[in-house]
Amino acid sequence: MTEVLDGFRDPEVASRLVEAIAETATAPCKLMEVCGTHTMAIAKHGLRDLMPDTVTLLSGPGCPVCVTANADIDLAIEMARQPDVVLATFGDMMKVPGSYSSLAKEKADGRDVRVVYSPLDSLSIAEAAPDKHVVFLGVGFETTAPTVALTIREAARRGLPNWSALSLHKTVPEALRALVNDPEVQITGFILPGHVSTIIGAEPYRFLAEEYGVPSVITGFEPVDVLQGVWMLAKQLAEGRAEVEIAYGRGVNAEGNPTAVAAMQQAFQPTDAEWRGIGVIPGTGLALRPEFSRYDARIRVPVSPPDPREIKGCQCGDVLRGVTLPFDCALFGRACTPEHPVGPCMVSSEGSCAAYYRYTDYGRA
Amino acid sequence: MREDRILLAHGSGGTMMKELIEELFVAEFGDESLRRLDDAAALRFPGARLAFSTDTYVVSPLFFPGGDIGRLAVCGTVNDVATSGARPLYLSVGFILEEGMAVEDLRRILVSMRNAASEAGVRIVTGDTKVVERGHGDGVYVNTAGVGVIPEGLDLSGSHCRPGDTVLLSGTLGDHGIAVVSTREGLSFSTDILSDAAPLNHLVAEVLGSAPNVRCFRDPTRGGLASTLNELASASGVSITVEEGAVPVREQVRGACEMLGYDVFQVANEGKMVAVVPAEEAEAALAAMRRAPYGTDAAIIGQVADSPAGRVYVRTAFGATRIMDMLVGEQLPRIC
Amino acid sequence: MCLAIPAKIVSEPNETEMAEVDILGVRRRVSLMMTPTASLGDYVLVHAGFAIQVLDEAFAAESLAMLREIGIKNADDLAAEAEGLAEATEDVSTATPGIEVS
Repeated sequence: MTEVLDGFRDPEVASRLVEAIAETATAPCKLMEVCGTHTMAIAKHGLRDLMPDTVTLLSGPGCPVCVTANADIDLAIEMARQPDVVLATFGDMMKVPGSYSSLAKEKADGRDVRVVYSPLDSLSIAEAAPDKHVVFLGVGFETTAPTVALTIREAARRGLPNWSALSLHKTVPEALRALVNDPEVQITGFILPGHVSTIIGAEPYRFLAEEYGVPSVITGFEPVDVLQGVWMLAKQLAEGRAEVEIAYGRGVNAEGNPTAVAAMQQAFQPTDAEWRGIGVIPGTGLALRPEFSRYDARIRVPVSPPDPREIKGCQCGDVLRGVTLPFDCALFGRACTPEHPVGPCMVSSEGSCAAYYRYTDYGRA
Repeated sequence: MREDRILLAHGSGGTMMKELIEELFVAEFGDESLRRLDDAAALRFPGARLAFSTDTYVVSPLFFPGGDIGRLAVCGTVNDVATSGARPLYLSVGFILEEGMAVEDLRRILVSMRNAASEAGVRIVTGDTKVVERGHGDGVYVNTAGVGVIPEGLDLSGSHCRPGDTVLLSGTLGDHGIAVVSTREGLSFSTDILSDAAPLNHLVAEVLGSAPNVRCFRDPTRGGLASTLNELASASGVSITVEEGAVPVREQVRGACEMLGYDVFQVANEGKMVAVVPAEEAEAALAAMRRAPYGTDAAIIGQVADSPAGRVYVRTAFGATRIMDMLVGEQLPRIC
Repeated sequence: MCLAIPAKIVSEPNETEMAEVDILGVRRRVSLMMTPTASLGDYVLVHAGFAIQVLDEAFAAESLAMLREIGIKNADDLAAEAEGLAEATEDVSTATPGIEVS
């Protein structure tokens, strides 16, 4: 199996796909990769440079860290500041700036902030520290939400008295609708997130083809996967089709993972969510259901964070919608760098600005 | 520097640490040798040039697969002195012990230091120790300082790399960082990877013997290969390109990096040496590394070019080129 | 948002559905709660300490084989057309066997 998987990094297959793309994409097109991990994969393997002039790859709001609103980060920080609270988080969130601070700065200030790889690890922290209350910061789309849902269920099964989750989870399909409806955004086709689709399948994206006539391809993350996705999109466009295709067949089937979806729906219900730089998109948030209120950090650790504020000049919102390219933002590479990020696009490990800054020469002083 | 408080990120070997060093330490001390930011200072003494270096170890946990803070402390300074081409001779050691630390743990660390010193052929000749209150020390902090004599006529420096030079790496990347992170609470995974902490002065001597015109040596510790190559590119005003496929990485290290979302070029090493040599001496240097202790997996990994100055690139297996960026802050496991 | 990596299940799941997986030699315990059909020896995609899908090995091999045909197919088409036609045309078909669509 390892050999087969390595094949999805085979430079020869990749170069043939690059040729196929150049032959097929005869008309200019703007393809948006929605998933931040795609942004990183494209940057890391230098795939943008291999595209023909007709194909523009745009990054979208698919980095759940990037689209976390300032107010939400402020909320997590305020919880971390409560006495006897341990804030457990994925590493991705540590350096993201909120209105006034970041979790990394709070840790420097002596707050108990800990990085975990799995939400289950935060349950172990709670069991080992019965005199503390552990808040797990849940960020991520449908790939991650089921893992947190199952962790909530596990906490309930163990009857843990000192653990709760702060859900900042969001869902993808309705955000895509908002993008397609936005007149400033002009996307010809979507490269859809592979692992979100592992969970939700292809059905939830159907409206893109049927209501808006926009082609999309569910794509994996190895270089060959991404190139195959672009090629299949180019073919749809060349042949005048608009469908939802799966290029990542080894990891995604059309009906998704029903067990995971059921788990997610058992613990969470839809709510409105604020997407940084975009605004509120109705129904795209996930809130803990009332029957799990014992494990809802919003209820267990009530706090009043200060009013949120936006940094002047930050264009993350436009970058996230694909309206502005990172190096067109006046702050990129100057006031805003990975060392001193102004907005989340620069600090998140997979934000567009970070990808451009880390892997390309664009905009560097 | 925009922060008014020291953050953990200031210690991780990346851009923030660089900023701290340049804007505080170098700015306040202003010493000509210090300014070169080489791993060891080359100093004139009557009748000799000495290499002088110091390093402080604050690693947690104190004991990890393949080593401990003691071995790191000795090897780290031995290696820094060796980068100047000097033969390391004497070390000083300073300890800050935390109240409550187990004496047996301290003894284990000292034995480890004695063994590493013996392997390197250096003497630990002077030391100091202090005790701080419980809660203020992470068990123990160790400082070592070392001196050696630089052979006549040898002037190695990170600022000497020239276009056309070849970049060599003495072995597999990422072993130390992954060995340490595998023990970290909240992340634990099991692996056979051991820290690569090792004294490399014999390897350096072997290379010098076969490639007398070597430009510089540097050990890619915190911040990994990316920090080291970026420092060299910047100090020499050149650009460096690394062939991704040529860099040796153990499969388990690759697996751990994939799982945690780590960039292997930014993971710490404690027993590896980068050498930059003129192209005509590259094969001889490689052969020398491979026959030296700890150099079995040595490889030629890249080339130096003239511009754009200060930039480091990676040529991927697809022939595409991307920047090898320096670590910012700490490397954290990610799910995105 | 999608860092999930292929891993091989190397132990039987315990009573809480935790099992050991192997990622290029690195071992970790992960939850199989989302992949109830997964068993010893299967490959799964692991994200944040959970298996989120069983990887279809046969499908992966097939997909790869089909991808390897791209370009080779092009060359074959070119050769056929050059042989079969009195005048060579510029138009080369890039049709390949259909990749599974939803």
